[in-house]
Amino acid sequence: MSLLLRILRQPDEARRLTPAEWDLLVRQTRHANLLGRLYHRLKAAGVEADMPARPRNHLLSGAVMAARQHHSIRHEALFLRDGLARAGLPLILLKGAAYVMAGLPAAQGRLFADVDILVPRARLSDAESALMLTGWTSSTLDAYDQRYYRQWMHELPAMQHMFRGTALDVHHTILPPTSRLKPDASLLIEDSIEVGGLPGVRTLSLADLILHSAAHLFHEGEPDNLLRDLTDLDLLLRRLGEVDNRWDTLLARAIRLELDGPLRLALRYTHSLLLTPVPLHILDALDCLKGGQPVLDAMYERVLRPQHPSTRDWLTPAARKLLYVRAHWLRMPPHLLAYHLAHKAIFPPKTRSITAAADAVNANKAA
Amino acid sequence: MIVRDLSPAVFRERLAGPGIRLAAGPFNCRLQSGIPEIADELAILYAHHPLIDDSEFVDFHVAIEPGRGLRRWLKPQAHFVVDAVEPFTPLPRPQALPMMEWGLNWCITAYSQHILVIHAATVAKGNRAAILPAPPGSGKSTLCAALVNRGWRLLSDELTLIDLQTGEVMGLARPVNLKNASIDIIRAYAPDAFLTRPVHDTTKGTVAMMAPPEASVRAVNTPARPAWMILPRYRAGAGATLTPMGNGTAFMQIADNAMNYHILGSGGFEAVGRMVDECRSYSFEYSRLDDAIAIFDRLAAESAS
Repeated sequence: MSLLLRILRQPDEARRLTPAEWDLLVRQTRHANLLGRLYHRLKAAGVEADMPARPRNHLLSGAVMAARQHHSIRHEALFLRDGLARAGLPLILLKGAAYVMAGLPAAQGRLFADVDILVPRARLSDAESALMLTGWTSSTLDAYDQRYYRQWMHELPAMQHMFRGTALDVHHTILPPTSRLKPDASLLIEDSIEVGGLPGVRTLSLADLILHSAAHLFHEGEPDNLLRDLTDLDLLLRRLGEVDNRWDTLLARAIRLELDGPLRLALRYTHSLLLTPVPLHILDALDCLKGGQPVLDAMYERVLRPQHPSTRDWLTPAARKLLYVRAHWLRMPPHLLAYHLAHKAIFPPKTRSITAAADAVNANKAA
Repeated sequence: MIVRDLSPAVFRERLAGPGIRLAAGPFNCRLQSGIPEIADELAILYAHHPLIDDSEFVDFHVAIEPGRGLRRWLKPQAHFVVDAVEPFTPLPRPQALPMMEWGLNWCITAYSQHILVIHAATVAKGNRAAILPAPPGSGKSTLCAALVNRGWRLLSDELTLIDLQTGEVMGLARPVNLKNASIDIIRAYAPDAFLTRPVHDTTKGTVAMMAPPEASVRAVNTPARPAWMILPRYRAGAGATLTPMGNGTAFMQIADNAMNYHILGSGGFEAVGRMVDECRSYSFEYSRLDDAIAIFDRLAAESAS
């Protein structure tokens, strides 16, 4: 088991780490994008005072970075609400931005690259125009990518605000329309909840946030953020257990949205890897603990490690490839998949230059 | 043990293998490189920095590596890698050494939100620090290099680190980056200082690095209190003139040059405010280094008396 996973499971063990183990822990945690979250977790476990200064500085830096992003998101949410109000649409936040605005523990130390919002598919072009009128522009993509998003994906090409630089993903549902599972987005919108004290700002319900997170993790899967996303699920599920305890509602909702498959995997791996408390009858109802999927288990056991060289073994490259193939397999029917992968193989995406990185730092400064 | 205690052969071997583990002020760094030609100059630049034990925590695991395959011979490149991540596209191989320095600066800026990081040089007399924030081309590094060769202590040339709790400047005592004309100016001004061979055609023009003075490296862990904020500007033919700056302007100068002012939120605001309160702030125009240093020395003497 990776050192990071060990400490996430047993934060108390951090008291006994040697400087060399702290070194490895910080490196694994940075690769998993979990510095800020680990800081909060250790603090909550009362370990903060026992942390040596150097590693503490790195974890704290992650927490400060996340706090800064959360501050921006709170600000940005109001701009977005006012922009969408022009089209008579409420703002419905997804993922990280929703955790922050709903004040959920899953916001702790959570970093994100963009704000994700949900609008009804029928109103997608109205939403896009309203956003463009308030300064959001579509990123420059080639014609192929434009078509990829607009025809096959569940979101518009990423938008960016021309002054504030914030990135925005406008979704009309939570999985691509071409994918095997087709959760009904209108149900998500119906059940969305207004954020207290902020009329017009809504998030998905807690159950739907869990199901979206599970669908995202086990159907799309950003290879470098899988463990981060699993800890999101852990925090969301713990919240459900502590506050609502509406496990049966979650189960019924999953079936209604056709997301019981991803929920099964979410419960299986949060429970086994992060010791997330889940009632036994729920685990049983979805066959979460059953064996008989050795390949999937071997793959997830590897891709859910912090993606740092220290956690790699000879099967890791195969696991990562399999994850990529699985995500695409679930996302598109075979003929589309073949076409898309062929295109990406012939025209691979470009990497960034040292000057682009410097520009990004400056843009951040300006923001 | 310090870096100089390693023989050149051992230094080269460690650099190519498990890495040189050294302390640069508050940061422990592990430097690795598969590009042997940077070893000798790197060893001199960091000659007086303490080596740290293998069992110590390392803040930045960095490496400058050659490309693989045909690239190695056709158009050789240098890759900057920090713990298996390559944040930039590679540079031509002759720029490997400056790339190590720029990469370390990037690490400090990207990973340190527990302190205020200002794009500024800092030199000190006793425990009193003069902070020199300035845009590129203002002659900041030239002035800094000149001052530290005339009795001022080098805390940092590129990134000034402010402790958020104490408000003190933490030392780094890393090499000073000199560009273009300032390379020959400093060579003439401080013939005893070690400068690396110039590297041409970088995005910053021709660059060379000056080794930090031994005394500055030895004193690196002694912080200094901000005493002056001086915004330098080189102007050909100008007499050295120091013009007092209002607190509001000084605040904006520091905030504008801080790399993470916007990230720290209220903590950043308080740190900059405290600095402005503690400092006497000036804009400073100069052309001759001797005149500039006379003015700095006078400032230090006035406040000491």
